[in-house]
Amino acid sequence: MDVDLIVTSFPKLLSASLVTLKLLSSSLFIGLFIGLLFAILRLNKNLIVSKFAYGYSYVFRGTPLLVQIFIIYYGLGQIESLRESIFWTILKEPYWCAIIAFALNTGAYTSEILRSAFQTIKPGFIEAGKSLGIKNKIIFYKIQIPIAIRQSLPAYGNEIILMMKGTSLASTVTLMDLTGVAKYIISTTFKPIEVFIIAGSIYLFMTFIIHNLIKYLEKKYSF
Amino acid sequence: MELLYFGDKGWGDELFVATLMTIAVSVTAMLIGFLFALIFTPLKLSKFKTLNLIGNFYTTVIRGVPELLVIYLFFFGGSGAIMYVASIFGYNDYIEINAFLTGSFSIGIISGAYSTEVFRGAIQSIDKGQFEASKVLGLKKPAHFFKVIMPQMLRLSIPNLSNVWQITLKDTSLISVTGLVEIMRQSYIAAGSTRDPLFFYSFAAVLYLLLTFLSMKLINRLEIKYNKGF
Repeated sequence: MDVDLIVTSFPKLLSASLVTLKLLSSSLFIGLFIGLLFAILRLNKNLIVSKFAYGYSYVFRGTPLLVQIFIIYYGLGQIESLRESIFWTILKEPYWCAIIAFALNTGAYTSEILRSAFQTIKPGFIEAGKSLGIKNKIIFYKIQIPIAIRQSLPAYGNEIILMMKGTSLASTVTLMDLTGVAKYIISTTFKPIEVFIIAGSIYLFMTFIIHNLIKYLEKKYSF
Repeated sequence: MELLYFGDKGWGDELFVATLMTIAVSVTAMLIGFLFALIFTPLKLSKFKTLNLIGNFYTTVIRGVPELLVIYLFFFGGSGAIMYVASIFGYNDYIEINAFLTGSFSIGIISGAYSTEVFRGAIQSIDKGQFEASKVLGLKKPAHFFKVIMPQMLRLSIPNLSNVWQITLKDTSLISVTGLVEIMRQSYIAAGSTRDPLFFYSFAAVLYLLLTFLSMKLINRLEIKYNKGF
């Protein structure tokens, strides 16, 4: 066990975990909106719309995240018209490519979580709202969405943790996140165990925090 | 489409072999995972606190740390560890372990952590009466486990194991970083030499979708078959 290496690489890995957190929070934020949108589309009575939403979540849940990142980072640059459009300023950055891929991926899982939450809302809540003369739109925003979000908290907590592990793939598109820096240190020092212990503990610590945060929210909003 | 021709002209045959490799790695990893699950599930369910701790340590660490990091640990650390063990026995030459073995082993450890949780949940959801009944009948421990508990455990865990299989199948794409030529690696090579990454990575996505779709169909059939009479 090389204690010196642990001491010297800890600050490097700690600052790299900020990149991981940034990637995680921005992709979760965008992914939540994508998820909500597709969950609503999925419950649409129009068969084409709901099939489209189903197809989206099926494709993104059925393929590895690595493929999705590679298509966006390496693949999209091949389209000539895209390279000349304004989107290119975003798509040429590996950072944004990774966030787009993560957001689309977590959006697909989130849409499934929210959809099942919407479907398990007791009809009584909606009926109560209707009998009080509340408009359908307001029932949706003020009754259905809050209940669905509460219902899906446990599953969404798991999704956050899965996504945190997913951000490690950003290292495959040249980003120096926690895993990227860990790999760099391993490949220069050839001491995988020491680096794994620190990087692994940082990840576990983040998992622990997320887990407890979700537990706290669950308790706070329980009914 | 020309890019997919079999033979020297296209990448069809290479991608086909790569797909077989992905299936082979996934199946091997899943089996290695079962072995780990068989060791760690009893530990997690044991009455002894220390054994519980070991079991929980395994599942918590592996499920809380990114797959890629675990793969790097085994990829960079695997041959070192084996050489260290070999040096105890007096063998000092360089040993390089096969990418297939490192890959399946690291994915296997990951899938084992998920399988352990699945089996634990399944055993806990078996009716208590079953345990008592086999005790009352005076069944010995092995017969109790293999004839009474295991068949029920396997049936109860099929739906969740299908999730583990999906995770494992998708995780194998990560071993491409170690150079094992499976779907992802082959697409990377093809994309590099034809300068057509969009096509090859999209095709890789299609291959993965096909694999997940077909395996879901197969597992659903198994589920129906083993749920007859329940």
